[in-house]
Amino acid sequence: MKKTGLALSSLRKASLLLILTGYGLLLNAQVTISGKLRDNKGRPLPGVSISIKDSYDGTIVDSLGRYKFTTTEKGEHILVATNVGYRSFEEKIVIADAPIVKDITLKEELSELKAVTVVAGSFAAGDIKRAATVLNSIDVATVGGGNADITNALKTLPGAQQIGEQEGLFVRGGAGYETKQFIDGTLVNNPYFTGVPDIASRGRFSPFLFKGTVFTTGGYSALYGQALSSALILESIDLPERSAANLSTSPIIIGAGFQQLADNKKSSWGVNYNYVNLVAYFNFVKQKPDYFRMPEFQNADANFRIRTKRGGMIKYYTTLDRSNLGLRRPDIDSADLKDAFGLKNISWYNNLSWRENFGSGWKMNVGLGYSTNSDDISQELQNHQNIKQTPDDTSWPVNKNYVIDNRSDLSQIKLVLEKRLFGISAVRFGSEYMHGLNKSSFNNFNTKLIENFTSLFAETDIYLTNDIAAKIGGRYEYSSIIAKASFAPRLSFAYKTGKGAQISAAYGIFYQKPENNQLIYTTDLGYTKATHYILTYQKTTNERIFRAETFYKGYDALVKNYEVNSSFSNNGSGFAKGIEFFWRDRKSIKNFDYWISYSFLDTKRDYLNFPYPLQPNFAARHTASIVTKRFFMDIKTGFNFTYSFATGRPYYRIAFDESQNKFNITDEGKTKQYHNLGFSVNYVPTIGKPNAKTFWVLVASITNVLGYDPVFNYNYSYNGSVKQPVGLPAKRFYFIGAFFSWGVDRTQDAINNNL
Amino acid sequence: MTRILISLLLLTATTGSAQSDKYMEAMKKNLSRFDSVKTTEDYQALAATFERIGDAEKTEWLPYYYSALALLTPAWTDTKLDKDANATKIKSLMDKAEPLTKDNADKAEVLSIRNMTATQQMLVDPQNRWMSYGQEGANYLKQAKELDPENPRLAYLEGAGIFGTPEQFGGGKAKAKPILEKAVTMFKAEKPKPMHPQWGLQIAENMLAQCQ
Repeated sequence: MKKTGLALSSLRKASLLLILTGYGLLLNAQVTISGKLRDNKGRPLPGVSISIKDSYDGTIVDSLGRYKFTTTEKGEHILVATNVGYRSFEEKIVIADAPIVKDITLKEELSELKAVTVVAGSFAAGDIKRAATVLNSIDVATVGGGNADITNALKTLPGAQQIGEQEGLFVRGGAGYETKQFIDGTLVNNPYFTGVPDIASRGRFSPFLFKGTVFTTGGYSALYGQALSSALILESIDLPERSAANLSTSPIIIGAGFQQLADNKKSSWGVNYNYVNLVAYFNFVKQKPDYFRMPEFQNADANFRIRTKRGGMIKYYTTLDRSNLGLRRPDIDSADLKDAFGLKNISWYNNLSWRENFGSGWKMNVGLGYSTNSDDISQELQNHQNIKQTPDDTSWPVNKNYVIDNRSDLSQIKLVLEKRLFGISAVRFGSEYMHGLNKSSFNNFNTKLIENFTSLFAETDIYLTNDIAAKIGGRYEYSSIIAKASFAPRLSFAYKTGKGAQISAAYGIFYQKPENNQLIYTTDLGYTKATHYILTYQKTTNERIFRAETFYKGYDALVKNYEVNSSFSNNGSGFAKGIEFFWRDRKSIKNFDYWISYSFLDTKRDYLNFPYPLQPNFAARHTASIVTKRFFMDIKTGFNFTYSFATGRPYYRIAFDESQNKFNITDEGKTKQYHNLGFSVNYVPTIGKPNAKTFWVLVASITNVLGYDPVFNYNYSYNGSVKQPVGLPAKRFYFIGAFFSWGVDRTQDAINNNL
Repeated sequence: MTRILISLLLLTATTGSAQSDKYMEAMKKNLSRFDSVKTTEDYQALAATFERIGDAEKTEWLPYYYSALALLTPAWTDTKLDKDANATKIKSLMDKAEPLTKDNADKAEVLSIRNMTATQQMLVDPQNRWMSYGQEGANYLKQAKELDPENPRLAYLEGAGIFGTPEQFGGGKAKAKPILEKAVTMFKAEKPKPMHPQWGLQIAENMLAQCQ
């Protein structure tokens, strides 16, 4: 027994020895695995990790795209290559004694972050981290001399004109009404405060309401319509970062607000109130008009936002504005009389939106909107004692004493569904319905327009690879007021030519129904139409953007009138073509940020009372802007300059000639060049102190620093004998204000709740 | 029969321990490489090695931790490196490491990696990224300190953050000094488990010397 045991034990020893030596042999029998690794375009991918699955053996790819490692594993194994953003490579290999050579191709994964997005015709601004983002909300607010007005900031981008005598974005040879604004998908009927003739008014919405802004200068998505030139697409912020109270103080504005974020950070509500009165300011800075009612604005807004269980958002925003002002200016038809213009406006805007992700690739966006706007306008001819004058009608062919009451209501609902297709491709489709009511009374002459507008739209984003994307869409519209339907195709395409570089193109047909001031005379009109062709090259690196864009826009079926306020038809036409450049650089000089825009525009149109195709008054051939921003950390102060330039714009006196029974140009010319230097300074003492209880910012700004006297246009007297330049109500606009915010510290709440 | 069974059991036991020996050996060998690697590429190769060990072992978080540390180290100085891509990689490593951690102390180490990653992304463009990545990094550090208040690396990271922040923003050497002093004391008292993170004393001392 013992013997056997011994024998057994020696046998075991021997076998152990054998195993050990065998193991040792195996250890020495290393097999080399090598090869090349490329992406699907044949480019080397240094740094990719290659290994034998479930072993320690492997290596990374060198800068020439080669790899080589040795392994002691034997038999059947899996060779794995992985890299972030690429589909993993796995292949079975059999390791024997011979070296293995294996070339590998890694395919890029389709990803929303890497995929090219069509930028043709659109400038994305906002805080959303996308390749196309050009400006964020702070950028918008700190454009020198821009006074935190979205429109003013967008006017520094190529494509928009430097129009100073009226509100609106005049894009690529288009009039202001050819640009429409959308908040969370739905149309905004009155995006600007009601204006006074020849004075531009501000936008109603603060840039800080929005996390994303897309300024399209053409070729925009099929989800939007009824804008011949441009859609400004604004996306409101979701939940605020924390609860906060805020206060705004300035010689012209005082405001306070509160924003409450729920403890679970799933919902919030807020209210704000602002009061603007220019009485003190106008005493200090003399204005050309004589204000008999000092401009006074009141604004109250409220919101709530709820994050749903599935991660969607329900947002409601409402704002109520009241404004009141009255001003006197010399009457152009007489030597001693004055025009006294008074305006009272009430505007109520409501927007309720619901964004939801239903899983299995389905998403939904619902928008509901209701807005009502009423303007109460009075105009009087007054003498030097400010007493109303009523000259007999024969000597005064135009009625200069009138009262206008305008009311416009818009109710709307819009539904957009999105379904993810293969990869990151998706299809989006939906419908909208709008009900519009426009009532107007001019010296008790009443008109009423009721519109029921329906649209159906669909578009699809197709990504073949990360480098090729296409968007194909179409839009059907029906307007009850003109009883006409239209179908507008939209197409765009992008191809990535290199890292951060792309060529993209867009094509689309855009329809817009005639304006209300034409529809009150006749509804027997069709849609006006524009066809856009856009070609863009854009190169972005982390802190630099270069972009060149060329476009052609054809106008058809524009509304023409052959007599004063009558015989309207869709016989108008026109074109606009041009080339634009944009360059932004935040890298070359530390803490210094600048952008340069240049637009060349060649446009003519035959519309309204134009006797033949003309370059419209709102179009300058060359427009350029330079925006600079520099923040000095040690003094916590930022200095921002904006310089804008435009060549002169044409102006015309077009008069109806009774004998020839047509409109004629009796005088024309070109305004002088436009220059504007804006400046603002922000002092931010609490920057970089996340624990500070009070955050505050001091802002001061001046527009038209150099005091250049611009001429935007000329007004003519009725008989054409007097011509007066249209300029600014005051050379410069000064602003100084302090904005405070008190973050509510939740630890304090917790303590209070426990007491 | 029993013998065979026993020897089989023994055999599995030895293979088991051999496996673990292999792991220990590979870890030791590669940890020592931290002292010799120089270029970003070397660090990336080292990181890939640790990741392979982690992927093969399946139950160990430390290989992923060191893989991330190898990717983080050159990113402090290499200006050409794409910090966002590097951070994406590190985050994927930490997502693998986190469920494998054994206790709060381990979790705190993972969070310290996440903190450093966010800091590196913030440093790409401090002015614009302060609010997002700066805040994200601060949150990780806060969570980590709650899990393991005794971890000297967390104290060092807190001190280094203040050290790197300009004085006018509430940072600076004077404010960093007491925290770094505390970190050094904590480092000296630390009794690290084998293989577990133990780096930092020297860097903390160097930084403290600059505060004098």
